[in-house]
Amino acid sequence: MSTPILELKDCEVHFPVYGGILRHKVATVKAVDGVSLDIHEGETLGLVGESGSGKTTVGRAVINLLRATSPDVHLGGQILYRTREGRQIDLNGLSRREMRPLRAEIQMVFQDPFSSLNPRMTVEQIVSGPIKLHMDLDRNARRNRVHELLEKVGLQSSYASRYPHEFSGGQRQRIGLARALSTNPRIVIADEPVSALDVSVQAQVVNLMEDLQDEFGLTYLFIAHDIGIVYHVSDRIAVMYLGNVVEFGTAEEVFRTSKHPYTRALLSAVPEPDPDGKRPDRIVLEGDIPTPLAKPSGCGFRTRCPIARPECAAARPNFETFSDSHFAACPYTETLNEKGTPHVEPRV
Amino acid sequence: MTQNKPLLEVRNLHTEFHVEKRIAKAVGGVSFDLNAGEVLGIVGESGSGKSVTSLSILRLIPDPPGKITEGEILYGGRDLLKLSYEQMREIRGREIAMIFQEPMTSLNPVFTIEKQVTEPVLLHEKLNRKDAIERAVEVLSAVGIPDARRRLKDYPHQFSGGMRQRVMIAMALICRPAILIADEPTTALDVTIQAQILELMQKLQGEREGSSILLITHDLSVIAEMCDRVIVMYGGLIQEIGTIRDLFGNPLHPYTRGLLASIPREENKGKKLYAIPGNVPSIFDFPSGCKFCSRCEHVQDRCREEAPELRELAKGHLVRCHFAEELS
Repeated sequence: MSTPILELKDCEVHFPVYGGILRHKVATVKAVDGVSLDIHEGETLGLVGESGSGKTTVGRAVINLLRATSPDVHLGGQILYRTREGRQIDLNGLSRREMRPLRAEIQMVFQDPFSSLNPRMTVEQIVSGPIKLHMDLDRNARRNRVHELLEKVGLQSSYASRYPHEFSGGQRQRIGLARALSTNPRIVIADEPVSALDVSVQAQVVNLMEDLQDEFGLTYLFIAHDIGIVYHVSDRIAVMYLGNVVEFGTAEEVFRTSKHPYTRALLSAVPEPDPDGKRPDRIVLEGDIPTPLAKPSGCGFRTRCPIARPECAAARPNFETFSDSHFAACPYTETLNEKGTPHVEPRV
Repeated sequence: MTQNKPLLEVRNLHTEFHVEKRIAKAVGGVSFDLNAGEVLGIVGESGSGKSVTSLSILRLIPDPPGKITEGEILYGGRDLLKLSYEQMREIRGREIAMIFQEPMTSLNPVFTIEKQVTEPVLLHEKLNRKDAIERAVEVLSAVGIPDARRRLKDYPHQFSGGMRQRVMIAMALICRPAILIADEPTTALDVTIQAQILELMQKLQGEREGSSILLITHDLSVIAEMCDRVIVMYGGLIQEIGTIRDLFGNPLHPYTRGLLASIPREENKGKKLYAIPGNVPSIFDFPSGCKFCSRCEHVQDRCREEAPELRELAKGHLVRCHFAEELS
């Protein structure tokens, strides 16, 4: 395979927590704790996990947004981006000034279409913002580009003079996509792009994202908690739990032959849109995700794992390899079936 | 499902909101029965009127701006809409209880769990504090809160989202109500926690004979798992009612079929998802005639002119579409 367009190597994001009267550091939230991933040009990598799994933080680390809100954050490991010229740059070490030109190439679509568009700006101002910063176009050319982009995402170009409040959630998400595409990016990080939308509108936005990917050769990092949607759009899927990737493989491998007990529990927890499809063999996990402030030692999942053993507390499990592309961080996966957690093929 | 006299009958319910000198008809004539022992689902998107329907049953519509303008809600031989405020308080929590979507905001952050969970029994059953606490421990244990007695002294922020939703369920069930209205009870929760809560609701339902659940959600999969019958709402009206087998096996309304088709399924990977065209209109912009005609692929002139009636096409399977027979 070609060199990946984006490669995360042992990526760490640790947020300090301050407390006491003197606001000294009292703890560390290990939001992302050693994540390694590679994304190839033109593919969609799905990142799935529950709240607190660190999936959003991975996305924000890639576009270097974390220091803006938490200047003291510890960023470890490497985030290697391959530029159009084939040079590899470690995004982790970049200052804001060095990052700026790269932002044109790596764009983001946010979850909440209501708070991610400035209510005082017209659609034209919103979409042309990145164009002003990154492209050398005069006013007319900019305007034409905005109109062109709006039509690409399925909105009328006459909407350019309107304000965000005049649009529905699905239309706002289209505006967000137009903004992301304005600088001809290579990678788009989509953080829960459809989870705030009504069911009937989700499908429209998913289809649009796929069309845009084909047309512009985009690479997507698609972050979502909805496994059905992630399976539908992704070529490969990484499952995250408590700051770690626990399983990584092609969509088929992760879905049909999942090896990690968490992946199996997650897949079996998804309700079926079919009254005759009720699963007698659902794995209902006990308890909640532990807080990343006090992660369990060793394997992060062992406190809820149906096949946990005392050894799981000792060290973080390494990835076991199941095929060229399929990895799972559990050494006891072969005992899954014996322990009453058979693989249930989800019918999402 | 029992076929006796229904536990709750909603007849021609109309609820409106007065917003900026305009009238928003959130619910425009909804009628259905909730039978004893059943789980009835209401599914719809935002703006469909599903939540307003459930709030109207408990008369929790803020007035002003909201008003129930027409209809009857019959429970135990009485019309809830004609009861006084005090009489209604006797019903709420004791006969009909509700769990809300947001476990984060529906509990009062400045009171302990004990205070909030025991309140309904202190009020309705005039238990003394000691007995009320015993009952609270019992019901909190039943919903799966470990070490319930000690946790009574805790405040809501000391619980996780899933645990708070369990506390909400405990609070709703402590007076053993005949009807539980659950408005998006798992929408704010992670999927593994959702599985816990749905399993818990099913278990409790099985234990309380003759009690019913009205489950409001936008998620058809949750409906398929939980319900006996389901109501599909759009534009403040019921568009289709049927058993879940009717609805999932033989959907009659174009809207229902569109919703079912837009769920990503394994066999459709790599293909385009079906998408219902357009957006849900703003509440002021719903078309006259059929509410769905602005987005329907099978729309004809008659749909724009004449509002369809809810018609029973098979026993217990009703649909509001002029052309349901031809389309199916």
